[in-house]
Amino acid sequence: MRELLSDIDRWQTDGKRVAIARVVDIEGSGPRGAGAAMAVNQDGEVSGSVSGGCVESAVVSEALAILSGEQPSRVVTFGYSDDEAFAVGLTCGGIIHLFIQPLEW
Amino acid sequence: MGSYQTFSAHVRDNSPVALVTVIEGPHVGSTMVVTPVGIVGGSLGNSDIDRVVGRDALGELEAGRTLVRHYGPHGESTPEDLIDTETVRIFIESFSPPPLMWIFGAVDFTAALARVAKVLGYHVTVCDAREVFATRRRFPMADDVKVTWPTPMFTENGHRLSSRDAVCILTHDPKFDVPAIQGALATSAGYIGVMGSRKTHAKRLERMAEVGITSAADLARIHSPIGLDLGGRTPEETAISIVGEIIATRTGRNASPLGASDGAIH
Repeated sequence: MRELLSDIDRWQTDGKRVAIARVVDIEGSGPRGAGAAMAVNQDGEVSGSVSGGCVESAVVSEALAILSGEQPSRVVTFGYSDDEAFAVGLTCGGIIHLFIQPLEW
Repeated sequence: MGSYQTFSAHVRDNSPVALVTVIEGPHVGSTMVVTPVGIVGGSLGNSDIDRVVGRDALGELEAGRTLVRHYGPHGESTPEDLIDTETVRIFIESFSPPPLMWIFGAVDFTAALARVAKVLGYHVTVCDAREVFATRRRFPMADDVKVTWPTPMFTENGHRLSSRDAVCILTHDPKFDVPAIQGALATSAGYIGVMGSRKTHAKRLERMAEVGITSAADLARIHSPIGLDLGGRTPEETAISIVGEIIATRTGRNASPLGASDGAIH
């Protein structure tokens, strides 16, 4: 998150709403550990990354849905599991759990 | 001041802070900011859970850990208390100050090592007693340049070094490197590396023995000649071999190619 602060400050100064997505858990192999973070503003501009580029675009869609109020703040999971076939996953085969919320605190 | 402002001020200041967030359960999304003095902003919904999680977050922050913990709605944490109650999942994220690297000797290798260390997020201090060499102009990438001898440097600041920190001694000069090794051994630094050829290293071992550095435990902490055997020659290649050794020391890996082994990568 450290590396996101200046972009977040700039966006907030411009009056933009911001969502943050943070990796809270990784199962199996994953490129970035818990704490990797990405910020998305209301215009879909992005700062930071949460994986090796595997799930970032899906995270942007989720973040925008949460910012617009279509979805609540929640844990979003990407990866492979037996009962659900996710549209996006990590090429390394791991499962990544992200918490995405509007930055309103 | 909102929680985010409090939190980001601590991060910018390089002072330790934990960001605590409810990621599932009542009050999802609420956050609390914890520093070594306690809770400094926000709330997770009620004072009971704040108190319990605040205390746990302090422990995680001290250990530099980032993880998810589970509680009951009022901070219940024993397994019996959690039966038949709603679970609150809490993400505790620790932000610790950057690790420190002290480089002794203001030589060409120093500039390359300082550059590479900055890429890895180290707070870098270059230290040399020679005023003409230890200048800001020569080491603009370092966070700090100190004109001093190793002994006062360690006496005054050695207590700041912890297992996350590295001391790299590149002086090649017995006047500096033995006192620097003695000083470094008196700290908790996780990595101590000393540059020199195998011949220099052998001679240095004799001088170290003269000042009483002979215990197996002390000698095992000293990486000398410094770096991994990558076969590089330039200052930049040498810097990569040094930070490679620092990473492998921290993780306890033997730094062989992944292709030559079949264990888990992460």
